[in-house]
Amino acid sequence: MSATDAAGPAAVPAPPAPPRAPAPDGSPGAGRRTARRRAGRAGQYLALLCYLVFLAFPLLWLVSTAFKSPQELGSVHPTWLPRHPTLDNFRTAFDEQPLLHSALNSLLIAGISAVVSVAVAVPAAYAMVRFRSVVSRAGTGWILVSQMFPLVLVIIPLFMVLKNLHLIDSRLGLGLVYVVWTLPFALWMLQGYVRAVPVSLEEAAAIDGCSRARALRSVVLPLLTPGLVATLMFSFVTAWNEFFFGLVLLKSPEKQTMSVILTHFLGAEGAADLGPLAAASVLATLPSLLFFALLQKRLVGGMMTGAVKG
Amino acid sequence: MRRRTLLTGAAAAAAAAGSGSLLSACGSSAGGGAPRLDFLSLAWQTESVKANKDLVAQWNARHPEVQVRYVQGSWDDVHDQLLTSFEGGAAPDIIHDEGVDLTDFGSGGYLADLTGLLPAALKSRIPQSTWDTARFDGALYGVPFLQEPKVLLANRTLLAGAGVRLPDAAHPWTWQEFEDICRELSHHGGGSADRYGTAWPMSSPVSLTLNLALTDGGRILYKDAGGDRTEVRFGSADSAFAELVRRQVGTDRSAPSSALALGGGDLLPGFFAGRYAMLPLGFSYRQQVQQQAPAHFDWVTLPLPVGQGAPDGGRAQGVSPQTLSVAKSCKHQEAAVEFIDFMTQTPHLVRLAQGDWMPPTGTAALRDPSLTTTKLGWDTGMAVSKYLTASPALSMRGYPEWSDKIATPALQQYYSGAISLDSLRGKLVRDGNRVFERYRG
Repeated sequence: MSATDAAGPAAVPAPPAPPRAPAPDGSPGAGRRTARRRAGRAGQYLALLCYLVFLAFPLLWLVSTAFKSPQELGSVHPTWLPRHPTLDNFRTAFDEQPLLHSALNSLLIAGISAVVSVAVAVPAAYAMVRFRSVVSRAGTGWILVSQMFPLVLVIIPLFMVLKNLHLIDSRLGLGLVYVVWTLPFALWMLQGYVRAVPVSLEEAAAIDGCSRARALRSVVLPLLTPGLVATLMFSFVTAWNEFFFGLVLLKSPEKQTMSVILTHFLGAEGAADLGPLAAASVLATLPSLLFFALLQKRLVGGMMTGAVKG
Repeated sequence: MRRRTLLTGAAAAAAAAGSGSLLSACGSSAGGGAPRLDFLSLAWQTESVKANKDLVAQWNARHPEVQVRYVQGSWDDVHDQLLTSFEGGAAPDIIHDEGVDLTDFGSGGYLADLTGLLPAALKSRIPQSTWDTARFDGALYGVPFLQEPKVLLANRTLLAGAGVRLPDAAHPWTWQEFEDICRELSHHGGGSADRYGTAWPMSSPVSLTLNLALTDGGRILYKDAGGDRTEVRFGSADSAFAELVRRQVGTDRSAPSSALALGGGDLLPGFFAGRYAMLPLGFSYRQQVQQQAPAHFDWVTLPLPVGQGAPDGGRAQGVSPQTLSVAKSCKHQEAAVEFIDFMTQTPHLVRLAQGDWMPPTGTAALRDPSLTTTKLGWDTGMAVSKYLTASPALSMRGYPEWSDKIATPALQQYYSGAISLDSLRGKLVRDGNRVFERYRG
């Protein structure tokens, strides 16, 4: 039986395929590859878009909630955009709590602790990478172990130490705690970046008569820029978001941080003043976003520099 | 809640290591030498914060010799915050907290025994049964000033449509009537068309189960005559309320299983949309209903149904009141008690109650016309407040551990249908008694 017989008398010949765009090398296989590559790229973009939407959802929902009226917040069919947008939640949040003052407290404490944490971590990470020994290996292991301690296990001893130093209810005391708390991870992060800097560059500098300290300052540090920025961001955001130490160590209302102030919109058994809480939370995310926006260029620029030099 | 156990252990270890020497008295000096007392307040609603701050300002204006500083606290992690402060010797002088915390803090030696410090007027202002919610081992560790009964917040339109009798405090429904009405009000068309007679927010199932077991004459947690030994029992009276919830969720489907994991506030949108006809919630939730409900929404506050064959006609329900305590390390305990006396004077109690949308504890305050009005269901709350009694959870050492490790997972499994009543009984009683045994003596 021929192919025509199998198709039957009613079979209509398929229309001719549309002419393909000529492949760069002119071959039909190359055209298929290009089409497949384009489809793959479109799929990647789609997946990336889905991921971004997934990541952005809480933030977008938070912003939307901040502008909704109490009646809209109580709706069983919530809408993406507030039907009757209102600034009342922001007004109430500012009226009820010292948001601006607490934001300044957080900014000060988180900013200083991030800078100090990175300043301490850089030479330490350098020493741990370049001077390998039993001590440095043990130190690295301890860093990992220290990350496993729950906050509650250290809070009482820490509280007593700070009390003896007269640093309870002190922003300086809380900043010191944040430095200690973020330092292990900052060290861990920076070790990876230091390890990525070729030793040969320092050796070349040494041949040119550079001391080790000068090599660290003039050769290693510029190459560490993306690592420093990333670590700074991590330390800042960790300190900015931290709640429990701030709650326990700061008592005076004028010293409390933003994360502590946010809980003042919560009642017993999960009750919450949702609108003002969302409005205050939106404000609380702004400094972190601004910080990222300002440093992101530096982070990417630094990475590119490293890539070219590498 | 696991954090609480860990922190308690850490605190005990620190105390054993001799941290007591670090404890120093609170009550610092306010500049010119007048003592300054820190008042940690957990007020959080706008009116309540304002009322507290105004009262502190009034006190400071009238008492230049003892100044009080208002310190805003937070319900979130307050137990851990206080425990750390106590251990470190930097606790606030006057502490607003919940009655159930007083057991740990009192037995830990962190709170002053107020028995001999209270003025006669303050003692007589609050009924004896309410004082019992803050007393254990013969010591009084706080002044109960606000209390919150559970009530039914109901969609009046749906109830009227079904032609059911609306109960009042004098003639409440029985649990049996409640179940019948819930069945009648429920219909299941599938998907969003489903409607339920009620919904049980069981994100914290233990306190609700303990407190409402009293309506059937049970209490689950018992103490021996000497008050030393806590025993868990789960007889038919103890389990009647838990069985009712299980029936409604699992058999009748007059309450949704999806609500079991939620808190009270999470159910309000469904309530406003008519998905649930009635919600058993704390009395203060009226504030959120009043604020968030659509304009046309017609709601009413009803008393909780009563059990049969229980004392007080089944009206009793357990509460853990909000309290004002004085830290043992406070240097000026008498001044601190004077401040508490000032805060709990009848007009002030009324104002604090209005701010928090809760009934006060004071006998005269409960009769105040502004609180007995029918508006917003205040009268219902005041009427049922007469029958409130100490939660079985109060003054039970080991309760937080039993609640976190044993009762919460067991009740969640039971309510969701994963385990049987016998299995629940085994876990609560056998495993629970092992926990309490460790806290004896």
